[in-house]
Amino acid sequence: MIQISGLKKQFGKLEVLKGIDLTLNTGNVTAIVGHNGSGKTTLIKAILGLVGADSGKIFVNDTRVNGDVRYKAEIGYMPQIARFPENLTVAEIITLIKDLREEESATDDFLYDAFDLAKEADKPLRTLSGGTRQKVSAVIAFLFQPKILILDEPTAGLDPLSSSILQDKILEERRNGKTIILTSHIMSEIEALADELVYLQDGEIFYNGHLKSMLRNTGEKKLERAIARLIEGAAA
Amino acid sequence: MKKFFLILIILSGSFLTAKEITVSPDKAPRTLTAALMQAEDGDRIYVQPGIYREGEIVINKSVEIIGENFPVFDGESQHQLFTVEADSVVIRGLVIKDCGVSFIDDKAGIKVLETKGCVIEGNRLEGNFFGIYLAKSQGTRVINNDIRSNATSEAASGNGIHLWYCKDADIHDNRIEGHRDGIYFEFVQDGNISGNFSTKNLRYGLHFMFSDRCEYRENSFINNGAGVAVMYTKNVLMINNRFADNWGSAAFGLLLKDITDSKISGNTFSRNSIGIFAENSGRMTVEQNDFNDNGWAVKIMANCMENVFQENNFLNNSFDVATNSRNNFNRFERNYWSAYQGYDLDRDGYGDVPFRPVRLFSLIVEQNSTALVLQRSLFIDVLDMAERVLPILTPETLIDEQPALRRIPRSSGDVTAGK
Amino acid sequence: MKALRKIIKYELQNILRSKWILIYTLFFFLLTDSLFRFGGSSGKVVLSLMNVILLIIPLVSVVFGVMYLYNSREYIELMLSQPLKRRTLFLGLYIGLTLPLTLGFLIGSGLPFLVHGVDIVAHQAIVFMLLLSGIFLTIIFVALAFLISTVHEDRVKGLGTAIISWLLFAIIYDGLILMITYMFIDYPLEKPVIALTLLNPIDLARILIMLKLDIAALMGYTGAVFEKFFAGSLGLFISFLSLILWSTLPIWIGSRMFERKDF
Repeated sequence: MIQISGLKKQFGKLEVLKGIDLTLNTGNVTAIVGHNGSGKTTLIKAILGLVGADSGKIFVNDTRVNGDVRYKAEIGYMPQIARFPENLTVAEIITLIKDLREEESATDDFLYDAFDLAKEADKPLRTLSGGTRQKVSAVIAFLFQPKILILDEPTAGLDPLSSSILQDKILEERRNGKTIILTSHIMSEIEALADELVYLQDGEIFYNGHLKSMLRNTGEKKLERAIARLIEGAAA
Repeated sequence: MKKFFLILIILSGSFLTAKEITVSPDKAPRTLTAALMQAEDGDRIYVQPGIYREGEIVINKSVEIIGENFPVFDGESQHQLFTVEADSVVIRGLVIKDCGVSFIDDKAGIKVLETKGCVIEGNRLEGNFFGIYLAKSQGTRVINNDIRSNATSEAASGNGIHLWYCKDADIHDNRIEGHRDGIYFEFVQDGNISGNFSTKNLRYGLHFMFSDRCEYRENSFINNGAGVAVMYTKNVLMINNRFADNWGSAAFGLLLKDITDSKISGNTFSRNSIGIFAENSGRMTVEQNDFNDNGWAVKIMANCMENVFQENNFLNNSFDVATNSRNNFNRFERNYWSAYQGYDLDRDGYGDVPFRPVRLFSLIVEQNSTALVLQRSLFIDVLDMAERVLPILTPETLIDEQPALRRIPRSSGDVTAGK
Repeated sequence: MKALRKIIKYELQNILRSKWILIYTLFFFLLTDSLFRFGGSSGKVVLSLMNVILLIIPLVSVVFGVMYLYNSREYIELMLSQPLKRRTLFLGLYIGLTLPLTLGFLIGSGLPFLVHGVDIVAHQAIVFMLLLSGIFLTIIFVALAFLISTVHEDRVKGLGTAIISWLLFAIIYDGLILMITYMFIDYPLEKPVIALTLLNPIDLARILIMLKLDIAALMGYTGAVFEKFFAGSLGLFISFLSLILWSTLPIWIGSRMFERKDF
């Protein structure tokens, strides 16, 4: 579970987050959507501790995010762009993360097998295509069976087959009671995966609620249209 | 018959003069002074080991004095020791020590005054004011002596080998250390100085003036207070000597002042603050010398004219040539400069681009000595390069049109003078 | 410490396999070796090598360090999403880059000396000082690079700052010193100038080498003040203290900023 209250962040004069209050429950997939520059990435990075908050509080499973890095052991993160040290191999980058985490618990090798990465294991990362790197990134995120998964455009660059493997995996983890945060530009993907929808606009939460009930309320079948309705409604 | 007697008399006379006297602490004569009283011209006096304290010993007969196992003559820090006043005296194998310091008369271990053909050989002179002092003498040979003192101030010390108004002196294979000047010549003519080793003297390793037609070969002048200074002299020949490790603000490998018609060849100048400093000197040939690791290899003042520097090796000096004017009346030809970076497309062994050995930075340092700390900075290298391309401040004619591309082999090989 | 060792280990694996570290090593090897072949004596090799060390090492270290950190941006973000202290990551990256650069330089320029030999004993001390200077300059300028790229989010600005700081330390600084010595030519300036040189690591390295190469000239001028300071035990201590400060201070400041930086 992640609780955020009064989160503010400013870069120079630009207010990126203007006081975010948000609770993300276990067993839920929350999709965060919004335009470029709406604060999506900053919000995710604040949770990960990559960006420090100016004010406000973030609790991850009841641990306050304030410098102690141990809480990150419970998070699996899949960044938007997957780039790794060029001359390490796939096997090595995975071993590196394992080495660092030093976790006793069994690792989840499902994606590794499903993506058939074994045949790429000894290739240097620099020689891999963007899609394959994305697969490596996904494997790393799910590897330690973290309680929280933060997935930034997880299927971008993946082929349709791999994409559906990953989507199935996400749904499975949701059933396992994980807290999952997802951003995506593909609305159909959000419709397929998300329970909750958070719509960010100019650093503020414009909408926060059940995806299904929103669709119902707006009477639209497509998420794009539903969101457009929301915005019109606010303007009116 | 008369003739026969005459021959007999002469022969017996010469037998008589070939007398040998032995001085010994145990048996009369117990002193050299006493032995000399008995001696006549041509006698040979052997001195057995021991310590002799006789004050001044005046030798006014042509005798040969030979020490056996280095008997010691001690001046007890107050006496002039040997004073030679007769021709053809030989002094060999003695230890002569501690003549007194005097500011009025020049006390010395051995003084040779107005004589001809004396020989001073294989003696050890220790802690004397002057070591060997020759005045108005001809044909003196000073060979293989070891002359040491531990002078601490120039005023309270004399020279190791001192010559004044002498002719045809032959000074070789001596070692001189810790005096004021190692070897000092004034008004000496036709001297021959070779194989000496002069080091750690307070002022100069070699110092001469008004001493024409002398030859210096294969001597080493190492780590003296101010190096070597030669002045007011014509026809000097300096060949295959070594000048090294003379450091200080007024220290030179070789200081040339008013030297003309001379030749400096085959010498090595290493690690001196200034290798050669030339002032008001002309018509010298400086060739086949090695200048390495000096602060300034050659400093040549504008009042020097018609000197030729050829086929020398300039290796890793901080500054190769410095001068005090934009005018230059000397020639630099076919030298090897390690700082030269040109090329040789026509393959004649000489660079196609002339070399300018005077760096702009040497001028800067001349005005502004603190700037020396910037030596070897890229900024300074850029300044130097710009000046080399377009000389504005450095002498335009001080230039080696034919810089050698390879180190010039030395005909004589390395000097191994001294001990 | 364990985590630091691991980061360094993988960093080394990554960098030691890359082409450019091989090129860097080969550059020093071929340069030094050809200096020996065409230049002859070790004395001349030392002189030419000194210029390269004083210029190329700082330039390569600072530019390369900056680029390297910018290119590792996504990797850094990935690592920071792991339970890993920021300072550990920063130091790991720093050491992981400095070590191969230092090794590359040492092997590249040291090997020819071993092969061809150092012909004069006096030169051994200079060669030692050269290699030591090279090591320090690598450490210092990679540290500076890490500081620069931590301060500047924008990589063009970062690269610009890196090159300007190199120009400043390698060239402009000496121009300023020369100007100052002319402006105050009537005053005894040796001590202030010594203080100024202590503030520039390139100057400091240059002087420590120069003390061995140009000792004859230094003794001839300036009342040997420089020689007395830099060759004396106190001066040597201060010089190395300054080099050590230069090696640690930027990386310490950099790591403090890295800890607070937003990614």
